Amino acid sequence: METKDTAAMIPAVDVLENEAGITVKADLPGVSKESLHVRVDGETLTIEGQASLGDTNALEPVYAEVRTAQYKRSFVLSRDLDTSKIDASMKNGVLTLTVAKLERAKPRRIPVRLD
Amino acid sequence: MYASLTRFPGDMLADFEALQRQVEQVIGNRGWPSSIRAAERGAFPPINMGVTQDAVEIYAFAPGIDAAKLEVNVDRGVLTIAGERANELPKPSEKVSVYADERFAGPFRRAISLPDDADSSRIAAKYRDGILRITVPKRENAKPRRIEVNE
Repeated sequence: METKDTAAMIPAVDVLENEAGITVKADLPGVSKESLHVRVDGETLTIEGQASLGDTNALEPVYAEVRTAQYKRSFVLSRDLDTSKIDASMKNGVLTLTVAKLERAKPRRIPVRLD
Repeated sequence: MYASLTRFPGDMLADFEALQRQVEQVIGNRGWPSSIRAAERGAFPPINMGVTQDAVEIYAFAPGIDAAKLEVNVDRGVLTIAGERANELPKPSEKVSVYADERFAGPFRRAISLPDDADSSRIAAKYRDGILRITVPKRENAKPRRIEVNE
């Protein structure tokens, strides 16, 4: 899904890397599994979501700190990551995304020969 | 529905909250009053409040929290939301590098004053997809009603 050119919030993220790959955690309150879209285009990873407040009819705003229902954030991946091995899960409005490293990019010890 | 809660006349892009804050400091916040208990922007969790004909709806955007550990209290018309979000980030070490640490972690407490016509004795709270939704019905005698005109 391509979202319209409306204002989007940049979700807060934690990014960490270990030997297996990179893990991204993103705060996406109100976004369900169905309204979350994770795309990889070349080396760009895009997270997009639409928050829903549930069934509310004729709600008149009194006070608001969150002023848009869209979330969007992109990351440029590097070539040592395997974009075919991306795993995403949503729980309580937090996205956990892992991108595996390519086999050949995993760290290994290079033996030093004695001549 | 949602749009009505999030779109305000003259609103700037949400991306430019910081710029917006500066602008507000210089020219005032365009007649949109902020709550005295929410002076700090970027406090966790952000809160929206709206009213329908029957109830006051409060939304707290608090993802990644165990619902059982959320504490919602009401005292003399002031609603407080408290809890703690665990820091899930491992300590950086030889094996783990942390590149971004933007997500809030730690204890939090927010308070919001309820409108006078809210009936704080009947509050319902639900947690779904990281949003805590608190519904406070309006007092019966505060609901709009039609008054019959007698001949």
